Amino acid sequence: MSFRNLTIGAVAAAVVASSAAVTPVVAQEGIYVPLLTYRTGAFAGSGIPIADGMNDYLTMLNERDGGIGGVRLIIEECETGYDTTRGVECYESVRANNPVVINPYSTGITLQLIPRAAVDRVPVLSMAYGLSASADGNVFPWVFNPPATYWDGASVFLKHAAEVEGGFENLRGKTIGLLHLDAPYGREPIPLLEAMAAEYGFTLRLYPVAGQDMQNQGSVWLNVRRDRPDWIYLQGWGAMNPTAVREAVRTNFPIDRLVGVWWAGGDEDARAGGAAAAGYKSLNFHGAGADYGVIEDIITHVHDKGLSRFPRDRVGDNLYNRGIYNSMLVAEAIRTAQEITGKTVVNGEDVRRGLENLNVTEERLAEMGMEGFAAPLQVTCADHSGHHAVHVAQWDGERWTQLTDWLEPMTEQVRPLIEEAAASYAAGNPGWPERSEPCDN
Amino acid sequence: MNALYQIFIEPFIFMGEAPDLLIQTIWEGFVSGILYALIALGFVLIFKASGVFNFAQGIMVVFAALTLVGFYSMGIPAIISLILAIGVMFLLAVTVERVVLRPLVNQPDIILFMATFGITYFLIGLGEFIFGGEPKVMITSQLYLPEGRTNFDILGGFVTIQHIDVAAAVIAIIMIAVLGIFFSKTRIGRALRAVADSHKAALSVGISLNQIWVIVWFAAGIVALVTGIMWGARSDVSFALQIIALKALPVLILGGFTSIPGAIVGGLIIGIGEKIGEFYWGPLLGGGIETWLAYVIALIFLMFRPQGLFGEKIIERV
Amino acid sequence: MIYRESGQYKTSYSADMAVFPLRQDRIGIFVIIALAYSMAFFGSNFMLQAVLIPFLIFSLAAMGLNLMVGYAGLLSLGTGAFMGVGAYACYKLMTIFPGVNVIVWILASGFFSAAIGVFFGLPSLRIKGFYLAVATLAAQFFLQWSFNRIPWLYNYNVSGAIEAPLRTLFGVPIVGPTATPEVRYVIVLTLVIFLTWIASNIVHGRVGRQWMAIRDMDIAAELMGIKLLQTKLLAFAVSSYYCGVAGAMMVFLWYGGAEYNVFNINQSFLILFMVIIGGLGSLIGSFLGAGLIFMLPIAMGIVLPAIFGPLGIRVGAETIEHLRFMILGALIIFFLIVEPHGLARLWQIAKQKLRVWPFPY
Repeated sequence: MSFRNLTIGAVAAAVVASSAAVTPVVAQEGIYVPLLTYRTGAFAGSGIPIADGMNDYLTMLNERDGGIGGVRLIIEECETGYDTTRGVECYESVRANNPVVINPYSTGITLQLIPRAAVDRVPVLSMAYGLSASADGNVFPWVFNPPATYWDGASVFLKHAAEVEGGFENLRGKTIGLLHLDAPYGREPIPLLEAMAAEYGFTLRLYPVAGQDMQNQGSVWLNVRRDRPDWIYLQGWGAMNPTAVREAVRTNFPIDRLVGVWWAGGDEDARAGGAAAAGYKSLNFHGAGADYGVIEDIITHVHDKGLSRFPRDRVGDNLYNRGIYNSMLVAEAIRTAQEITGKTVVNGEDVRRGLENLNVTEERLAEMGMEGFAAPLQVTCADHSGHHAVHVAQWDGERWTQLTDWLEPMTEQVRPLIEEAAASYAAGNPGWPERSEPCDN
Repeated sequence: MNALYQIFIEPFIFMGEAPDLLIQTIWEGFVSGILYALIALGFVLIFKASGVFNFAQGIMVVFAALTLVGFYSMGIPAIISLILAIGVMFLLAVTVERVVLRPLVNQPDIILFMATFGITYFLIGLGEFIFGGEPKVMITSQLYLPEGRTNFDILGGFVTIQHIDVAAAVIAIIMIAVLGIFFSKTRIGRALRAVADSHKAALSVGISLNQIWVIVWFAAGIVALVTGIMWGARSDVSFALQIIALKALPVLILGGFTSIPGAIVGGLIIGIGEKIGEFYWGPLLGGGIETWLAYVIALIFLMFRPQGLFGEKIIERV
Repeated sequence: MIYRESGQYKTSYSADMAVFPLRQDRIGIFVIIALAYSMAFFGSNFMLQAVLIPFLIFSLAAMGLNLMVGYAGLLSLGTGAFMGVGAYACYKLMTIFPGVNVIVWILASGFFSAAIGVFFGLPSLRIKGFYLAVATLAAQFFLQWSFNRIPWLYNYNVSGAIEAPLRTLFGVPIVGPTATPEVRYVIVLTLVIFLTWIASNIVHGRVGRQWMAIRDMDIAAELMGIKLLQTKLLAFAVSSYYCGVAGAMMVFLWYGGAEYNVFNINQSFLILFMVIIGGLGSLIGSFLGAGLIFMLPIAMGIVLPAIFGPLGIRVGAETIEHLRFMILGALIIFFLIVEPHGLARLWQIAKQKLRVWPFPY
C-alpha cells in the first residue's frame, strides 16, 4: 500500500468531508425559481423539451424585460430523473434558497411534496398533473393544478369518444382500455374512469406498463389484442409513449381510436410510429408549432444569443411549447403576486396568493404574444385548477393540428368527485391542517 | 377448487379458443428469447475465456448501438459508421483489458465481477455524457435490414410477423454458428478454450493472456453491437435497455455459463416461457409477472440442476 | 503516535476479549458519539436532512448487506427489496395499530423483513456465488412487483404510494411533515448506534466467527460441525432485519413517503457498491463506504460548479449526473485495483502508519 495511494485516498476523503461542511450558496438578489427537470434516464425523451421550454421562456423574460417587475429571475435546474426519491432530495436542496414556487414535473414527486408544501410555505404548481383532488383549494391551499386535472382530461376523452360513437348511449357495452404507466401518474384517471364506466355502462380495462418494461410492451399489446377494446386512453410518459404508438401500429389497432392524455402528445412520441401513426390523437391545451409572437421573441432573445440548449429546428415541438406554457403560469403568478402585495421581491407565500388569483385574460395573452397559443385561464381560492377546456389534437404525420373545438370537461360530474377525493385525503391523513390562509378574491 | 380450475384448466381452454393468439405469443416469445440469447452470448464469450462474469454486457449493448447511431447522425454513411462502431468496440476492449483486467489478474472472481459493475456505471455515465439521454432511433433501413410486417390470416384470426424479427432470428443463428465454429475449429478459438481451462497452463504453452482477453472482449463487443442493432430496431435505443440485460442471467443459468448453444436454448426457453406465462397465467396474479417470472424459473432450475442444461458440472476442490 | 497502546494490563478474560481493549479507544468512541449528538444542535437543516440522516440510514443498510456479503460470503442483490419489505411492514403496522409507538414498529418491521429474507435464503444450501445472486434477484423483482400489485400493502391507495402519517413521541412529532430534522436526526442516530452495537457484538461473537468460517471455506466449516443451513439462514435473517429497519427509517424518518419504485434494483446496486468500496467484512467500512458514495453527488454538485464556473463552462445538473456515474464507476474500479479490501483497510493502514510515525514501518 504505497504512500501515493494513501494520499489519494486521504484527498478523496477530505473532498467528501468538506462537502458536508459547505451549505448551498444563498441566492443573490432576485426571485429564485428552481426547475425540477430530467434530462437523463428513461423519461429524458419527454423531459428535455419541457425543461428547455421552461428554461427558455424564463430566460427570455430576463433578457427582454430584465425579469419580472424589474427583478431578475434566478433559474436553476435540479436533475430528478423522474425518480421520486431524487425529486424529494432536489426539493430539500433547493428549499434552502427560498424558492417561490416548485414545479416537480412528476406526479410521484408531487404526491410526496403535497404534505410538505404547507409546512414549508412553498406553493407547488403541478400544471395539469399531480393529484387531481388538489383542485380543491380549501383542502389543498398550497397546491395548484391549472388548467385542468387528469379527471377533466379523462372526461374530455370520453366526450370525444362519445361524439365519435354518436352519443353517450352508444358507449354502453363498449370496452375502453387505459394503457398507463404503472406509477401514480398513470393511475390518476382510474377513479374517474371507473365512476364513468359505472354511469355509462362501458367496460374499463386497465393495462399497466411497469417503468422498467416501457420499451418492452409486447405482452401488454397481446392483451389488448385479446380484449379488443374500442378505444384506448394512453396515460404514458417518457419512452412508454413512442413504444405504445409503435406497438399500436404493429398490432393493427385503429390509430384514430388511440387517444393520449396531453403528456402523451410529444412530437417524438407520434413520430415513432412512422407514417402509419398519422391519425393518432392527444389532448392539448395550447397550440403547437412556432407561429406565435412569444416564440419569435424566444428565438430572438434566447436562441439567437446562444442561451438555449434546444435545437432551433425543433422549436415549436408540442412539449417545448408545454414548457413555455408552464413558465408563463409561473411568470404570471409572480406578476400577480407583485401586484397584490406591492413588493417586487416576492416570496413563496406571496406567489401562493398570486397563483390563487391568477387571471390570464385574452388581452393579457395578446400582450404576451400568445394569441391563439393558449386559452384564458382563471384560478380561484376554492378551485385551484379551473377545469378549463382542452381540445383534441391529431397528428397528421408531420405536426399536431387541432382537430376538435375546445371541449369543456364534464365538470358537473367531475367536481363532486374531486371534492369527495379531497375530503377523503384529508380524513385519511389525521392532523391535516384546516385551511387558514385568507382568500383574496 | 375454483383456483385449481383457473390455474390448470382455463388457460389451456383459452389457448385452444384463440390459436392465432397462441401462435403470436409463441412467436413473440421466440423473438425475445433470441434477443436474450444474443445478450447471453456476450456473457458466455467472456466467461468462457476469462472466467469473468461481465455485468457490463448490457451497457456495452447500449453503448455500441449509441455509437453507431451517433456516427450516422454526424453524417457518415451507414456502412462506414458500422465499421467505425466496430473500431470503437475494439478500442473499448483494449482499454478494459489494460485498465481493468491486467491489474486485477489474480484476484478472486467476485472482485472481477464487481469491477465489471464499475465498468457498467462508467459506461452509463460516459454514454449519456457523449450521446445525451434521449432515446435514439436505430438506422434500420440504412443498414439494409428489412422493415414492415406481414399479416397471416390463419386459424380464424391473424398473426403479425415483423420482418425485423425474422432478420434478428436469422442473424442470431448465423452468429451462433460462426462463433461455434470459431471456438472449435480455429487456432484462436482453441487458445480461448485453453485460457478458459487454466490460465497458468495456457501461459506455459505460450498463449498471450492479454491478447486473448482483448480478442474475447472485442468479440463480445461485436456481439453487443449486433444485439444493440437488433434491440434498437425493435424499440428505440435508450438506457432502459441496460436493465433488460439482467434478463440474460436466467438465460445463462438455464443454458450454462460456458455453453454457446446453451445460451440460445436457454434464451428460447426463458423467452417463450415468460410470454406464455404472462399472457395465460398473468391475469390470475394481477398481471405484470413478466418482471420476475424468468428469475423464478431460473431459481427452480437452480435447485435441481445448477450447472444448467449444457454447462459443465461444478466440481469443488477442497 | 498520539498514545501508547501498550501498558494497559488486563486481569480478566472478558476485559481481554473486549472489542475496545484500550481506554483511549473507548474514550474516542464516546467522543464521536457525543459529537454526533451535538450535530443536532449545530447542524443546519440542509445538512441534517440531506446529508447526515441519509448517511446514517444508508450506513445501516450497508451494514446489513455487509453482514451477509462480507462476513458470511453470500452475495445478495436483493437489498432494495428487503428494505422495501421493512418499509411496507412498518406502514401496515403503523396504520393498523396507530396507538403503539412508531419506534417499536420500526424495530419490529425488521422481523418481517427477516422472515422474507429467510424464505428467499433457503436455496442457499444448494447454490452459492453468482447463482445465489440470481436467487436474490428473483427476490428483488418478485417483491418489487408485489409492492405494486398487492393493494392491501398500501391501504388501497389509488396512487399506490405510501405516506408517513403524523406520529409523536412524548408530544414531539417524529414522523410526518411537521417533524423537524433535528428530532428525526436524534432518533435515527440513536437507533443506528443501538443496532451497530448489536451488530458489533454479533460479529465479534460465535455467530460472526461461524459466518467467517463459512465464507472462507464452507466445506471445512461443515466438517468442523457448523450447521451450514442454519448459519446461512441466520445470516440472511440478520442481514434482512437490518435492511428492513433501514428501509422503514428511510421512508418514515427521511423521505416521508415512498412508492414501489424506490426499492428497485438500482438501490440494491448502490448499497452493494457502498459495501464494496467501504470494505467487505468490516462494520466501519459500511459507514465509510456509505459516506463516500452518498456524499459523492453532493460533493460534486458543489465542487464542480466551483471549479468550472469561474472558467465559464456551464456545468448543468445533468452533467453532474453523468459525471457522478462515471466517477462512481471509476472509483469502484480504482478501489478494487488499489485496495480490494476497501476504505476500511485504508483506515487500518492509516492507523498503523500513525502508530509508527515518523518511522515508515
